[in-house]
Amino acid sequence: MRARLPDLPFIRRTLVLARAEVLHVVRDRATLVQIIMLPLVQLLVLSNATTFAIRQTPIWVVDQDRSSVSRGLVSRLGASGYFRVEGASTSPEPANDAMLRGRATMVLTIPADFARELVRSGSDAVHLDVNAEKGSAAGVVQSYAAQIIASYARELDAELHPRVDAPRRGGGRIETVMRAWFNPTLDYKHFMVPGILVALVTMIGTLVTAQNIAREKEMGTIEQLNVTPITKAQFITAKLLPFWVLALFDLALGLLVGKLVFGVPVRGSLLLLFASAGIYLVVALAIGLWISTMVETQQQAMFVTFFLLMIYLLMGGLFTPVDSMPRWVQLLSELNPIRHFAAIMRGILMKGAGLAEIARPLGILTLYAAAMLTLAIRRYRKQTA
Amino acid sequence: MSALLGLLRKEVYHILRDRRTLTVLVLLPVVQVVLFGYSIRTDVTDVRLAIVDPHPDATTLALRDRFMASGVFRVIAVLPSERALDPLFRTDTVQVAIEFEPSFGERLARGEAAQLLVISDASEPNSGTARQSYVAAVVQQYESERTRTRGGIRIVTEARSRFNPTRASTNLFVPGLMALVLNIISALMTALSLTREKETGTLEALLVSPLRPWQIIVGKVAPYLAIGFVSVLLVLAEAKLVFHVPVRGSVTLLLAEGLLFILVALALGILISARTSSQRVAMMAAMMATMLPTQILSGFIFPLESMPRALQWLSNVVPAKWFVLIARGIMLKGVGLSVLWPQTLALAAMALVLMVAASRSFSARLQ
Repeated sequence: MRARLPDLPFIRRTLVLARAEVLHVVRDRATLVQIIMLPLVQLLVLSNATTFAIRQTPIWVVDQDRSSVSRGLVSRLGASGYFRVEGASTSPEPANDAMLRGRATMVLTIPADFARELVRSGSDAVHLDVNAEKGSAAGVVQSYAAQIIASYARELDAELHPRVDAPRRGGGRIETVMRAWFNPTLDYKHFMVPGILVALVTMIGTLVTAQNIAREKEMGTIEQLNVTPITKAQFITAKLLPFWVLALFDLALGLLVGKLVFGVPVRGSLLLLFASAGIYLVVALAIGLWISTMVETQQQAMFVTFFLLMIYLLMGGLFTPVDSMPRWVQLLSELNPIRHFAAIMRGILMKGAGLAEIARPLGILTLYAAAMLTLAIRRYRKQTA
Repeated sequence: MSALLGLLRKEVYHILRDRRTLTVLVLLPVVQVVLFGYSIRTDVTDVRLAIVDPHPDATTLALRDRFMASGVFRVIAVLPSERALDPLFRTDTVQVAIEFEPSFGERLARGEAAQLLVISDASEPNSGTARQSYVAAVVQQYESERTRTRGGIRIVTEARSRFNPTRASTNLFVPGLMALVLNIISALMTALSLTREKETGTLEALLVSPLRPWQIIVGKVAPYLAIGFVSVLLVLAEAKLVFHVPVRGSVTLLLAEGLLFILVALALGILISARTSSQRVAMMAAMMATMLPTQILSGFIFPLESMPRALQWLSNVVPAKWFVLIARGIMLKGVGLSVLWPQTLALAAMALVLMVAASRSFSARLQ
C-alpha cells in the first residue's frame, strides 16, 4: 500500500488520508457520541436557560398602611405575572433579611397612612428597594414595578375624580404604538438558539483539530507522515476535511432541532446560510490547526484553545450585546470570527437577510479564512522542515 | 505516607519543569478577567435611531429635537417614508425607528389623538424592549410638559438599588467572572493528568507502587490547589484595583471560599480524568462539562429566576452557581457565613462527592 502511494493522483491520496481520519473518529464511540450527541443535548437544555425575561420575581412587601388601597396595590403587582409575593411583614427587618439571603429581589414598602395621605393631598410615595446584585434584571424589575404602580394610580384617580372634561384638556394626546420587529413574541430562544449553535460548532471544530495534530506530535506519528511523499496541502486538507463535514452536519442537525423543538424561524435562504457556515468553519478549523502548530502536547493545545474560545464566546455578542461594550472592545471584536458568523446566522434566520445585507461580515470571514489558512500552513511547514 | 510525599514531589517537579504551561496557568485567569470585565455589559446606550417624518411640522420637529437631545439616541437617518427602513434594520444599521403619522401636528392641535409608531429590532428581546421604553420615556416627558395637567392622584415611586447603587455592570459581572474563569482553568488543570499517564503507559508504574488510589488522587490535586490559590489572589487583587469592585465582607472568608471552590473544580477535573481513556475524550468532556454550563447556568449573566423550574433545579449541580452567590454575597452585600453557610455546605459536599467518586472509579480500574 505504502509503495503504491506515489502513483495515486493528488485527490485520491488526500482521500485515503481523510478516510483514515474518519475511521479514527468513527472507531472511537466515545468521541463520536461527544461530537454528535453532547452538542444536541446542550442545545436542548441550555436554550431554555438563556433568557433575561422577567417573570415571577420574588418580592417582599412591608405594608405599614394595611388599608384597602395598599392591599390593592400589592394585588396588582401579584396579578401582573412579573412578581410573586414571597412574604409580607409590617416591620422592615424580615424584609432586609430576605434580601440578604437572596429570597427576595425587591422590597416594596408602603408607609403608614398611605391611603389617607393619597386622599388628602393627592400624592404619596412608596419605596422600592431593588437587589441590584441581580444583573440587568434589576433595572427591568424596577421599571415594571413603576409602571404597574403608575397605572394603579390612574385607576384610583378615575375612581375618585370621574372626569367629564378629560378629552379636551390641553388638546389631543400622543398615542404611541409599539411594534417589535423580527421577534414579535419576544421569544429569547429565537435569538439564543442560533447563538448557542455557533458556539457549539466552533468549540467542536477548533478543539478537535487542535487536539488531533497535537496528538500526532505527542505520539510521534507525525514523523511517519512527514517522511511519506504527502504534500503539506494534502496533509492539511485531509486533516481538515472530515471535521469540516462533521461540523456542518452538527450545524444541520442543530438547525433541525431548533426549528422543530424551539420554532426558530428560517426567514432567509438556507443555501446562503450553509455557504457562509462552510466559510466560517474553515476559519474555526484553521485556528485549531494554527494552535496545534504552536504547541507540543495535547494539554497545551487544550489550554490555548480554551483561552481563545472563551474570548471568542464572551466577546462575540452571543450572550451580551456587542453594542453594550465600550468602543475599544467593539473595535477589538471585529477580529472575532464568532461575532461575524453570529450576525450572519441571526440575520439570515430572524431577519431574512440576503447576500447584500450580510456582505460585510461575510467578506470579513472570507478574508479571515484565507489569512488563517495561509498562516497555519506556513507555520506547519516550519515545523516539519 | 512517604510514598505520597514522593508522588507530590514528582508532580511539583513536573509542573515546575514546564515553565511555559505554568505561566499560562497563572496568567490566563488574570488576562481573561480584565478582558471580560470590560466587555460583558448589558447596558443599552447609544441607540441607533431612524425617524420617519412624512410631513415635518413644528410639533414633529420639536419632538425630534427631544430625541436628539436625550443623550440616549443617535439619529442615523431621517426618512420621508417607511419603505427604506427594512434594509436598515436587516443590516443592523438602525435599532429603533419612530414614525409620525402624516398630519401629526395638526391632529394634536385639533385636540385629536396623533399616532406615533415605534418599531424596535426585537431580535434580542431585552435590548429591544429597553429601547422601546427609552422612546416611551422621551414621549411621556414631552407630553407632560405640553399638557401640564392638574394633580390627580399620584403615587411617587422612590426606587433605591441595594448593594450596587450605581448599577455598575462591573460590580455585577466581575464576581461572576472570577467564578467562571477559576472554574474552567482548575478543571482543565487536572482533567488530563491521569488520562495522559494512561495514554503514555506510565500509569502502570503508579499502579504497582504502594500508593493507594486516594493517595494518587491527592498527589495529583494538591500541587494544583496551590497554583489555583495564587490565581484567586491575583484575580481578587485585579477586581479591587482595576475594576474597583468593593469587598464589603471578610477578605479571609472570601479567600477560604475561593480555595474551596478551586478544590471542587479540581476534583471535577480529576473525576473526568479517572473515567476517560484518551486525552481527546477527556478534553471534550471537560469542555462540555465546564464551558457552556458555567457560562449559562451559573446565573452570572442570565438570572436564574427567569429560567424554567427544571433548569433552576439543574443549576444546583453547577459549582459556579454557588460560588457566584458566595462571591456576590461577600463582595457586594458584605454578609458572612451566618448567611452563606448553605452555599458553602453545598460546595464542600460537592468536593467530597467528586473526590470519593474519583478515587472509587480509579480503584475499579485496578482490578
